[in-house]
Amino acid sequence: MSEPLLRIRDLTLSFPLENGSCRILDRVTFDLYPREVLGLVGESGSGKTMTSLAIINLLPPAAKVEGGQIWFGGQDLLALTERELRKVRGAQIAMIFQSPRASLNPLMRVGDQVARAVRLHCGGSKKEAYEEAVELLHHVGIPDARTRARAYPHQLSGGMAQRVLVAMMLACEPSLLIADEPTTGLDVTIQAQIFALIKEVQAETGATLLLITHDLGVVSEMCQRVAVMYAGQIMELAPVAELFARPRHPYTEFLLGSVLRVDRPSELDMLQELPSFSIMYDTPGCRFANRCPYVLPACWENRPPPVEVGAGHSLVCHKYPERSEGPVLREAKGLS
Amino acid sequence: METATPSSFDRQDTGSTSLRRLVRLARRRPALVLGLALILVYALMALLGPQLTPYRPTQTDPRATYQSPSAEHPFGTDKFGRDVLTRVVYATRLDLAIAASVALSAFLLGSLIGGLAGYRGGWLDDAVMRVVDVMFAFPAFILAMAITGVLGDTVPNVIIAIAVAYLPYFVRLARSEMLKVRTHQYADAAVSIGNPGWRVMVVHLLPNALTPALVLVALVFGWAILDAAGLAFLGLGITPPTAEWGVMVSEGAQRIISGEWWVWLFPGVAIVLAALAFSLVGDGLRDIISYEER
Amino acid sequence: MPPIARYTLRRLLLAAVTLVGVVIAVFVMTHLLPSDPAALRAGPLATEELIAQYRQEMGLDRPLYVQFANYAGLLVRGDLGVSWRTEQPVLEELGQRLPATLELAATAFVLALGIGLTLGILGAVYSGSWIDHAARILATLGASLALFWLALVGVHVFYYTLGWAPPPLGRLTVGVPKPPNVTGLFVVDSLLAGDLETAVDAANHLWLPALTLAFVVSAPIIKTMRGAMLDTLSADYVRTARATGVSPRRVILVDALRNAFIPVLTTLGIVFGYLMAGNVIVERVFSWPGIGQYAWTALITNDFNAVQGFVLLIAIVYVMLNLSIDLAYGFIDPRIRLG
Repeated sequence: MSEPLLRIRDLTLSFPLENGSCRILDRVTFDLYPREVLGLVGESGSGKTMTSLAIINLLPPAAKVEGGQIWFGGQDLLALTERELRKVRGAQIAMIFQSPRASLNPLMRVGDQVARAVRLHCGGSKKEAYEEAVELLHHVGIPDARTRARAYPHQLSGGMAQRVLVAMMLACEPSLLIADEPTTGLDVTIQAQIFALIKEVQAETGATLLLITHDLGVVSEMCQRVAVMYAGQIMELAPVAELFARPRHPYTEFLLGSVLRVDRPSELDMLQELPSFSIMYDTPGCRFANRCPYVLPACWENRPPPVEVGAGHSLVCHKYPERSEGPVLREAKGLS
Repeated sequence: METATPSSFDRQDTGSTSLRRLVRLARRRPALVLGLALILVYALMALLGPQLTPYRPTQTDPRATYQSPSAEHPFGTDKFGRDVLTRVVYATRLDLAIAASVALSAFLLGSLIGGLAGYRGGWLDDAVMRVVDVMFAFPAFILAMAITGVLGDTVPNVIIAIAVAYLPYFVRLARSEMLKVRTHQYADAAVSIGNPGWRVMVVHLLPNALTPALVLVALVFGWAILDAAGLAFLGLGITPPTAEWGVMVSEGAQRIISGEWWVWLFPGVAIVLAALAFSLVGDGLRDIISYEER
Repeated sequence: MPPIARYTLRRLLLAAVTLVGVVIAVFVMTHLLPSDPAALRAGPLATEELIAQYRQEMGLDRPLYVQFANYAGLLVRGDLGVSWRTEQPVLEELGQRLPATLELAATAFVLALGIGLTLGILGAVYSGSWIDHAARILATLGASLALFWLALVGVHVFYYTLGWAPPPLGRLTVGVPKPPNVTGLFVVDSLLAGDLETAVDAANHLWLPALTLAFVVSAPIIKTMRGAMLDTLSADYVRTARATGVSPRRVILVDALRNAFIPVLTTLGIVFGYLMAGNVIVERVFSWPGIGQYAWTALITNDFNAVQGFVLLIAIVYVMLNLSIDLAYGFIDPRIRLG
């Protein structure tokens, strides 16, 4: 297997609250490989966005990294200075978010904004950068790119604006793309277009895509592997087909069960109305313990190390050995 | 933004006494609590102060004029030998009463006009908005100055002048709140019900509009204190020998060059602290509202 | 019609209607009096004939609409009437005193901008630091400080105690002649005439009243600037800029600041209103011979023509200023310009 492009190890993040602080990320660990699409799924508030923001340190100033490393290009990104990180941002790791129109400066023409990204990392004169920007806009499927480049963000539709942001993201051919719910708020047909665009772009440039979403449908369409996150903890990580066919973690079952399917008996009795997970931030063990139908006393004390339960399929759960269909293969270190 | 960071633990509020909740409020919003505390102090001063002062506000002592602060006269005496502390305390009643009258009348009248304009719409709304625009064309203090100058120097005139100056703020607020409720009603009720009666509107309007109105009332209260004192300082509205903070500062200003600072300093501090109190309360309330809305 | 033209036209129309309203309002204010202006003018020792004479002279015996027509007619020709106290044309008297007020107000405004914008921006950028706390305290304090009291404190501390400022008796030390009149601004005029001593003296008299006024007037500027900066700094497009790798300094300048200025611009109009009101008080305390002092004298002596002229002038300038700000928005904000 090739070397991972990005390795996140035991990333722990805390956030101050009125009554103390709260660990919103708890020893998050996973790897990203070149040319792949990894989906990061979870409910809102599960920490998916925070994880991605931590990679290039776009965290809110109040958030504190308590521990862990993020290895990229031979460096621990968490140890880099702001200056050094700036060289990485946009150039090697690029990110897009939701609300495309709000993500563009309302006082600048979109062409200028893309050109700025180009110039920042690839150099060149203003003119050259602008030309490159127009070319990029054309490349992401914006019709009449030269004219459109002179438009202001409020004159574009949501889908158009997101294409502009994708263009900005591509400005210097980054090796890692992060997309955080890039189509939330957009029309369904536009959503499909944007995902198609992102997929195309990823395939073309050979970049890795980390796709953050709460939509399992998107995951099945776009991703090769998927990591399941709950309350700041990674629960399970597997190739997409494997996860859907053989979910091992109780939370994954819960998540998949919440997607009602015609051909399977509904597991709605698992959808219990229970207190939200925010209470569980204090526990040293698994944060799903208070909702888990298979919970053991050990689950409140600690979490076991990740265990490999199938090809490329790892799991963090005390209940595993008894519930499995096959033997424990070996202790997984993030991924095979 | 999607970054849902936990905003609070869902802890049970088991058996928290009102005292504990007060302490929590104090820690989270010290400015608001300070403002409320100050207002309480002033209210007490207005109610009980006159009973507790050793002197009377009009009690002169020709042998003890311009005495600097001492044990007998903690704030010193003024040009007639009157005790400054006593006069400051007595003035509290007057100034607070003026400010309260201004805030209340501007609030009531303004809300009525604004609410009506928002409800009726059409030409009435346009007319009211144009009049409001004209009123906003004058800086508030200058408007109050002119009206007081024209009407004459009495307390009711000062109240009218300042209330008129702040009327447009309430009109605008009430109107915008009424418009919000109107769109809600039409969205919810659907056309089939027809024109919702104004009583229904008011029932919906009141809970939502009350808090922003409260913010404005608190702010106007503070501004009215400053304006009334400012007018008095200029010799308009309230005049000597009435014990009013602005009047006292004006009298003290005559001694600015000769240095008898206590005559104007203490009444001024009273003004500033009172205005500060209401400003803190108003801002604190506004913060609470925007926090709740989020 | 392009959106910008429609917007501009609408604003001009509104301003025109407001101005008409202002003219009417001022007339209503000064003519719907419970007291008798003729009697007031004639004074306490007046005879019946004198009062009647004044009444006829002032046109008070004519029906109200005739009085209004006269008033409006004069106004259109730029005639603000004659002061009852000095018998001079009000417009002229205001014109003579305007430079003094301008010197004071402009200096105060520049100082307030400097203090306000700097503290507002720094407070937002370094949120939570001592500068942020200082900014917030200043903003709250400045809003509650009674200007007249602050002025007295200033005079007591800086003149009486420290001797850093001259006695609050006007624009120049007694005995120092005025510089030759070019702009009416003493500091500027003295410098133009090459008279450094007078320039220094004028500046010496100017700094304390200007600073006092600036202190109070900077409060809303700090508040709005800081608020706007905090909003823009947490905006999504700033996040995009950061994600693209733009340096923090450029993010603040190019992305945050330009967007933050827009709401601040509106505040500047309101600030002008505070300046005008504050001027009356500061001119009183420092015996500054500006239009504020003039207005005060007019009010005290019941010189309604002069009061009327003053209020009209202020209101008209205020309306024009706010109109200019509104029109400026049309050009600065592409969302308005292009719809």
